[in-house]
Amino acid sequence: MTARIGVITFPGTLDDVDAARAVRRADAEAVPLWHGDADLRGVDAVVVPGGFSYGDYLRAGAIARFAPVMGLVIEAAGKGMPVLGICNGFQILCEAGLLPGALVRNSGLHFVCRDQWLRVENTSSAWTTRYEPGAEILVPLKSGEGGYMADRSTLAELEGEGRVVMRYVGGNPNGSLNDIAGVTDARGRVVGLMPHPEHAIDGLTGPTDDGLGMFLSVLDTILGAAPGTGATATEVPA
Amino acid sequence: MTTTAPHPADTVEQALATPEHPQPYRELGLKDDEYQRIREILGRRPTEAELAMYSVMWSEHCSYKSSKVHLRYFGETTTDEMRARMLAGIGENAGVVDIGDGWAVTFKAESHNHPSYVEPYQGAATGVGGIVRDILAMGARPLAVLDSLRFGPADAPDTRRVLPGVVAGVGGYGNCLGLPNVGGEVVFDPTYAGNPLVNALCVGAMRVEDLHLAHASGVGNKIILFGARTGLDGIGGVSVLASDTFAGEEGGTGRKKLPSVQVGDPFTEKVLIECCLELFGQGLVVGIQDLGGAGLACATSELASAGDGGMRVWLDRVPLRATGMTPAEILSSESQERMCAVVRPADVAAFLAVCAKWDVTATEIGEVTEGDRLVITWHDQVVVDVPPRTVAHEGPVYHRPISRPADQDALLANGPETLPRPSTPDELRDTLLRLVASPNLASRRWVTQQYDRYVRGGTVLAQPADTGMIRIDEETGRGVALATDANGRYCRLDPYTGAQLALAEAYRNVAVSGATPVAVTDCLNFGSPEDPGVMWQFEQAVRGLADGCRELGIPVTGGNVSFYNQTGDTAILPTPVVGVLGVIDDVRRRIPMGIGAEAGETLLLLGETRDEFGGSEWAHVVHNHLGGQPPRVDLAREKLLAEVLVAGSRDGMVSAAHDLSEGGLAQALVESALVGETGARIVLDPDADPFVQLFAESAGRVLVAVPRTEEPRFTDMCTARGLPWRKIGVVDPASRALEIQGVATFGLDELREAWEGTLPALFD
Repeated sequence: MTARIGVITFPGTLDDVDAARAVRRADAEAVPLWHGDADLRGVDAVVVPGGFSYGDYLRAGAIARFAPVMGLVIEAAGKGMPVLGICNGFQILCEAGLLPGALVRNSGLHFVCRDQWLRVENTSSAWTTRYEPGAEILVPLKSGEGGYMADRSTLAELEGEGRVVMRYVGGNPNGSLNDIAGVTDARGRVVGLMPHPEHAIDGLTGPTDDGLGMFLSVLDTILGAAPGTGATATEVPA
Repeated sequence: MTTTAPHPADTVEQALATPEHPQPYRELGLKDDEYQRIREILGRRPTEAELAMYSVMWSEHCSYKSSKVHLRYFGETTTDEMRARMLAGIGENAGVVDIGDGWAVTFKAESHNHPSYVEPYQGAATGVGGIVRDILAMGARPLAVLDSLRFGPADAPDTRRVLPGVVAGVGGYGNCLGLPNVGGEVVFDPTYAGNPLVNALCVGAMRVEDLHLAHASGVGNKIILFGARTGLDGIGGVSVLASDTFAGEEGGTGRKKLPSVQVGDPFTEKVLIECCLELFGQGLVVGIQDLGGAGLACATSELASAGDGGMRVWLDRVPLRATGMTPAEILSSESQERMCAVVRPADVAAFLAVCAKWDVTATEIGEVTEGDRLVITWHDQVVVDVPPRTVAHEGPVYHRPISRPADQDALLANGPETLPRPSTPDELRDTLLRLVASPNLASRRWVTQQYDRYVRGGTVLAQPADTGMIRIDEETGRGVALATDANGRYCRLDPYTGAQLALAEAYRNVAVSGATPVAVTDCLNFGSPEDPGVMWQFEQAVRGLADGCRELGIPVTGGNVSFYNQTGDTAILPTPVVGVLGVIDDVRRRIPMGIGAEAGETLLLLGETRDEFGGSEWAHVVHNHLGGQPPRVDLAREKLLAEVLVAGSRDGMVSAAHDLSEGGLAQALVESALVGETGARIVLDPDADPFVQLFAESAGRVLVAVPRTEEPRFTDMCTARGLPWRKIGVVDPASRALEIQGVATFGLDELREAWEGTLPALFD
């Protein structure tokens, strides 16, 4: 038995093929979900991939948040279903209110595509159990609106509760507050991440395979392996 | 919005009744004799709509009227053997090559130079959009883009306006489209000030049986226009911008038009791509054509003239986004993100359903008819009634006067031999650092960092590698490699040799990745064809390129000509950009560019170094000099070199490789070390001039790193095949420095600062 992980495609979604490939690479079943779908087809978790949903018109993620499928995702997340938003997906989850804060234009004003070092700060979320605390991983970052912003009290809450999942190291690429690359919700089930773990699943097409750990983590979460037991864990390069 | 009454159109009936009605054909870019020929073809004066169609389709951009007689040479020099892999060639939207395992790959380059000067962001963005639709129109999924860019001096104020806009436009459109940008060029030269070159190349793949060609066949089949609505943008773009003059008056109605540069919407195009691929997948398309330059005028006339019947179009059915558009405006609008398909009547409902799924506007605007006329009506009145071939394929053909420029001999005689050369270690050290940091040799990171190179997960190699490599088949690992190159300074000195040098470099760049070069596309950027000197450059470059391709045994499958790239009387450097496509049966055996991947590597220099500095980067940067002969080109040697590299890749004998080109060995060493983040120790030939060894730009050379264990086997193979090689050093992971013995030692940090600092300092 393996997990069924949904990958949403909105018009303008780009990294859905990559997210689905990463899911398959983790030996889970990738289930395509369409923005107009009226049910989640029995998936165990959902990936909201990167791209420019609905052209990112108005504001990144602002329109996608109202897609029929997102209503279902919000509902399922409320019941604890693991959800990962990558890049545009992170923006959508913030717009949908599943995660706090907002993503704004990069401080350098240019789109930035580069291999980015991240430090894993939280290894108890549904998507990060396979990593060692403090592990540094190298994955691609590619975004124009990746600057993470939140008000002071939200930041304090995130930091205080250990909900910053990953942080930029070796230089802040986009002006994110506290070098935040990704955050999680209060229960650690919903994670938003600006860089792209799905583009780092092998050394042939990505800088490393460091991103695969996120997909293996959620598989553990779904299949019930307790975090840290090493029941099905493999070494994740750090 | 109020509905306005249909614009009173100039009908065929009216044209017959008012034969002497004055028409603004000159303002539309037509010459007196061209206008007379249209009258002869039709046996009457053209209607306003017909005049619009002929004027855009007979523009230089669409009709190739000045280049046609020369481009024929490509066909004449393509042998049956070269054609063997070609599934579609020149004349189609893009060339198609069989790469094996049932896969076909289509690729093509196109220019969007003039619009990119007027409006850098949109000009560049729609350049990418246009070439992507060309690839899509062949039935292929677009997989990657490359961009070949040329600008005025890096420190010129206008370059600060044009370059950031162009780069943001290429990135903004391509990133949003979900196509990785895997390669290209950025070159600076004063002649491109006021005339930047923006050449975009797209590559796509499909199963061989899915190839679609642009023709309207089968009487009764429906013509469906789908994608964006048609507006007033880009009207007359091809005739106003690509021919004659920038300041061309907007002819015709005297009504204010939107700018001639089109405005792109990459989201619409992304949706259009997915919609088209679903249509292809369901077998709902008989023929398809993208709407690019000359819009519907081009699409309808080209589809009709390539088909087996005539065509009837109800122009008033075209969905518009502006009120009161005339038939002429609708026909010549260059609104982006539109396609035109030929569909069997029984499939129309299914076709429209797929479009509805993707929220793509689709409208049946016409049908294939008996006979051989293209008839277009506007509210039941005939506004166009023409033989489509006369619009699309039988435009004027010019034999422009050709003469070798008067200053050519003086240019060749003014060689670099007398220029003062560095000789002491300190001078050589300074020269290396100065060249590494010069705008043409400095790292392109500032540019390429704005492009998504990862999307779709098939990118195996991308900038700063010599070539972009894309995996096509995830199971077998079959993939393609692509490189574009041109050197305008070499071409200015000798356009025949210069074009061959561009071909040789692109060919070599593909080969250093381990791929086998199989086909060529080109984008020929030149000054005014009305200048006999420019036409000489053009003719020479075409001959050089075609002869070169024949010698290498790889065909030119398509391309693009861009004339009138000049400011006043000053033409750009002749710039034939050459794109070479290579095939690799398994991308896992690609050769990377950076050294240090394996412990214990030996560095070998393949090929021969001669005292060649004509047109070199050293002469340009240090002496602002252009003269003498460009490097010699030896295509038999290039072929041998490619065979050795492919064999080296196949047998795992080569761990890194980097082509030598502008800046010579010094530049190649610096780049290989910095990309691999690994140091090296270099020992030059004590019996030869270190300056020549480090900076000469002799062609046919590659720097390779081989694992020490493979060194004897690899060098034996080179020797056996007659390829000159020299051991020039070893990779030294411990040192973090590039040591050139007897010259200088450079810390990698020092080199990185020099190499990567230049463009950010200029453009941030």
